[in-house]
Amino acid sequence: MNLVTTQVTVMDLIVIAPALVLTGCALVILLLSAFVPTGRRGFLGYCAVAGVVAAMASLLWGNDGAQSGFNGMVQRDPFALFFTVIIGIITLLTILASLGYARREGIDFGEYYVLILFASVGMMLMAAGGNFLIIFLGLEVMSIAIYVLAGIMRDDARSVEAAFKYFLLGAFASAFFLYGIALIYASTGTFDLTGINRVFTEQSSIRILPIVITGLALLIVGFGFKIALVPFHMWTPDVYEGAPTTITAFMATGVKAAAFAAFVRVFWHALPQLQPYWVEIMWVLAVATMTVGNIIALVQTNIKRMLAYSSIAHAGYILVAFVAGNQLGAASILFYLLAYCFMNIGAFTVVILLGKKGEERTLISDYAGVGSRHPLLAAAMAIFMFSLAGVPPTAGFMAKLYVFSTAIQAGYYWLAVIGVLNSAVAAYYYLRVLIYVYFREQEGESPITQFAPAAVLVVVISAWGVLHLGVLPSAFFAMAQRSIQFLR
Amino acid sequence: MPADIPSLYFLIVSALVFAIGAIGVLVRRNAIIIFMCIEMMLSAVNLTLITAAHYLNSLDGVLMVFFVMTVAAAEAAVGLAIFVLLFRNRKTIKADEINLLKG
Amino acid sequence: MLLNYIPVLLLIGVAIFFACFAVAASALLGPRQANQTKGAPYECGMPTLGPTHQAVPIKYYIIAMLFLVFDLEVVFLYPWAVVFRELKVAGFVEMMIFIFILLVGFIYVWKKGALNWE
Repeated sequence: MNLVTTQVTVMDLIVIAPALVLTGCALVILLLSAFVPTGRRGFLGYCAVAGVVAAMASLLWGNDGAQSGFNGMVQRDPFALFFTVIIGIITLLTILASLGYARREGIDFGEYYVLILFASVGMMLMAAGGNFLIIFLGLEVMSIAIYVLAGIMRDDARSVEAAFKYFLLGAFASAFFLYGIALIYASTGTFDLTGINRVFTEQSSIRILPIVITGLALLIVGFGFKIALVPFHMWTPDVYEGAPTTITAFMATGVKAAAFAAFVRVFWHALPQLQPYWVEIMWVLAVATMTVGNIIALVQTNIKRMLAYSSIAHAGYILVAFVAGNQLGAASILFYLLAYCFMNIGAFTVVILLGKKGEERTLISDYAGVGSRHPLLAAAMAIFMFSLAGVPPTAGFMAKLYVFSTAIQAGYYWLAVIGVLNSAVAAYYYLRVLIYVYFREQEGESPITQFAPAAVLVVVISAWGVLHLGVLPSAFFAMAQRSIQFLR
Repeated sequence: MPADIPSLYFLIVSALVFAIGAIGVLVRRNAIIIFMCIEMMLSAVNLTLITAAHYLNSLDGVLMVFFVMTVAAAEAAVGLAIFVLLFRNRKTIKADEINLLKG
Repeated sequence: MLLNYIPVLLLIGVAIFFACFAVAASALLGPRQANQTKGAPYECGMPTLGPTHQAVPIKYYIIAMLFLVFDLEVVFLYPWAVVFRELKVAGFVEMMIFIFILLVGFIYVWKKGALNWE
């Protein structure tokens, strides 16, 4: 290895600016939470909001073209920027939704926000990593912070159990992922994604080595756990149900977006020559993920569990575009993730708003009569459920349309047919929630709910995002297409 | 690394250690033992990385090992904290008795 | 193309076989005699005095965890120290940033009282 330059240039700083700002902000909040006396720490959440806004503003520093820093370790190409913005939106919405929820549940200490910011840093590095080292570190920074966040309600046995399960299976998956990296390294001699691509292009004989294929399979397992593909999804419903609802929303959107970003970058940028070896496996995984997720979701009675299975099914839809594997496919993955982040955070925030301290009210039957008590909130819930089900004119419909038309263009007719059938099945359980909301009378006394203004803002932003992406998708889709030009 | 032992042997040993760790995770019930098995898998990966770095004559693999070790330590700290918390809540760390959440 | 995964399958098969073989062989072949000495907590060494199942104060765990995390950072300091001269000022500044981040963690731990023994 030739000795790398030891100078840190301005370009290096520009490339990691958002992560740098978030880290600095997290450190400040950590110190504040140690020094400010208990009872006067309410402002720490607003500090975290300011930190995320500052991190997003730091993206304006530097120009638009593809750049990289630290000898290609971290990339700042349009793909990374797109995901940095998605992750920034997710983090911001999660923190805003947390402001009221954390106080209600007694977890509004500074560490809660610090961990969210650190997880966000990990996600950004994962999406921007041009080297397996950075992708692995990003994955771990994100995962370790979320293990703790899942169990942050220390006295709630279910939250701790969620942390326990997520920790054991997450660490297990990391080991697989890491072994995959090690085997790819052993056969190509580099961790650099561009370098790996070069090796595969120049030496075509290396492709068929069993060690490469094993490494590829292990990487699929590692990513499969993080994205929750069937059959690596066992942890998802338990963890999503037990974790605090804000963290569930964060996991369902942020972890998935970051993991898909790294997944696309690794498989399409570093290993495109191996496509014949993974495309059939992905086909099977996509069908299994969509079908199992949707069918088990049909019988759920807890809305958090139902949304967990629904998130598994959505990962399956995204995988359909992944299998299709052309430029359009990559763009529809990006568009889908953007749409998915709005509709999912929105749905979880409605769940948060309808809960009370110590009584989460997450059974679907608890939603009876919400339509007459809180008409506006019920309308927002309807928008999110329609979008998740894929009914026009919402973001979910456009996202599914792009994904399935991509599959048809690439010649995967069966995959598209199975996907459409799955969406039809899925419509049943999303609309069932709305039947409770609008057509069932609630029993017992009406719970008085005080809505946190910040969380209401999240619902409004999400609903706007869902409708805007649904009605005027072309600008965003064009943006997604520009973001993936580096891939080929 | 001794010169007369082929690199392949090290790779095979690390694959076996990794597999033993993975099977241990699947069959053991005590959370601490499961976690030890995961650590064993990470150690197996480290052996692969060192072997590869040795015969490729590159330092990248060794660097990666440092980071893997650090990450393993951070995971251990967080994991033990979660186990202590779980034990305080439930008085057990047997993985099959942790079953409040199921569908 | 799925045929290309046969080596993977073989590897998995061999690994599973080996692990099962090792466990089964030790269970079948290993001699088993239970006796007083064998049941003792330490078969070879000093006989234990008093009850061995004592609760260890939680402080030990906290200190052990903190030690684990902070101790591992030396892994990065050592290679840095070896090539310190080649790295010039930039390397020094970067390491200071690294130490500073650790220091923030240390101050946090200290302030939260995790290091108080009493």
